[in-house]
Amino acid sequence: MSTPFDYEHYDNSIHRLGRIMNAIGIIALLALPFFFAATLGAAVSWDGFLKGLLRVSITYLPICIVEFLIYVPILGPGGSYLSFITGNILNMKLPCAYNAREIAGTQAGTPEDSIITTLAVGVSSLVTMLVIFIGVLALIPLTPVLNNPTLRPAFDNLLPALFGALGAQYFFKSWKISAIPLLLMIVLSIAIPALIAQTTILMILIGGVAIGITYFFHKKGAL
Amino acid sequence: MDYFSQANSTPLYLMVGVVLLFVVVSCVLFIRKSYLAGLRMGMDRKVLRTTITASALFTVLPSVSILLGVIALSGSLGVPSSWLRLSVVGNLSYEAIAAEAASQAMGSSLKDAASLTTSNLVTIVLVMTTGISWGIIATIFFGKSYSRKSTQMLNKSKKSDGKSFADWAMVAMFIGFCGTFVGSYVAEAVVFKHFLPILTALIAGVVMKGCEYLVKEKKIMWMENFSLSLSMLIAMGAAVALAL
Repeated sequence: MSTPFDYEHYDNSIHRLGRIMNAIGIIALLALPFFFAATLGAAVSWDGFLKGLLRVSITYLPICIVEFLIYVPILGPGGSYLSFITGNILNMKLPCAYNAREIAGTQAGTPEDSIITTLAVGVSSLVTMLVIFIGVLALIPLTPVLNNPTLRPAFDNLLPALFGALGAQYFFKSWKISAIPLLLMIVLSIAIPALIAQTTILMILIGGVAIGITYFFHKKGAL
Repeated sequence: MDYFSQANSTPLYLMVGVVLLFVVVSCVLFIRKSYLAGLRMGMDRKVLRTTITASALFTVLPSVSILLGVIALSGSLGVPSSWLRLSVVGNLSYEAIAAEAASQAMGSSLKDAASLTTSNLVTIVLVMTTGISWGIIATIFFGKSYSRKSTQMLNKSKKSDGKSFADWAMVAMFIGFCGTFVGSYVAEAVVFKHFLPILTALIAGVVMKGCEYLVKEKKIMWMENFSLSLSMLIAMGAAVALAL
């Protein structure tokens, strides 16, 4: 007779695996530039590193923290460990996990959902690495085709295509939630055009507004 | 040996290959573990397999755009460094911004690849990696406690009708993401008269609704797995046609 499934045990093992793999992964990633330096006979410019890191961190340190707080509940434990090490979360892992959740019909926070999001993110990561690997192998003959100026608008408009399609799905789920965040973003961006290029920062504000509105309507039982 | 010969040298490819192989192993271990757990939990094997197929199909198209990013970055950083940076952590926009910030901090620029040295290269790659590592570090130290706390909150907020605040909050989060980007495309059209992004988004939206109609009304269930990829592909194709 098989023993009943123990989710707690599974969850613990996922966290253990995630911590070990991500710890080794980040150490290897951070060590790689030093191996590059040793191989090439070059030295890291510490002055350049500190200045460069400061410039990058002003924007990306808060984003990394907010992303951690937002993405972990959505992606579940397994999906989170994999997403943070493989990257491309917003433009790929998150929509992929949500797509899988919709297809499987699971609900956020359930054990089944944790399984589905881990599978989705894991497979997505492998496929991306495979596509890039094949692309790198074929890089030279492929470059003229992919860099063909005629095809450029397709790849330049990848995000509009993604968010247009996702928007059609989600805006129609609840116009009560959608209307104000969408209008707010339009008004803000028209009033201050520099904000158009700051979508990754603004999504924190707009996402927060959407959640606030949701909380209000949910509390009133009006959703 | 010149800068590009060194930046594209075989040892660099090998080192990147080893690190990426480790990440592949990590993915395989997670997939295996969750698949087996799903079966033991009593989940339908068909659902698990559909998840795998749908996720693979969903990913192919956006992956090509990441590959384009590798090609774009390789013009300055060489193929191995670009291959590494766009295969793990970060994303295309971050990598491009971080690489430029690091090279500017050293008085050079990615636009002027001729001015780069191997010392610039290793420093740029170190900045790119360190600058985006905070999320991974957070998962190592706080992943378990935060994940459990957030799961408890999700389950506590479940209402008797099965629709919890958490479920709506997830919808709201995506509405926020979509609203931010779609809103920026509307503003771009109004302020700069750049109509292509919003037209592409609209076409993708219309195709998506068409797919939903076919799934819900015409019961063409296989379409469900392809609706997002198909919408994106058609909209991106339309963008090429509109730009002609």
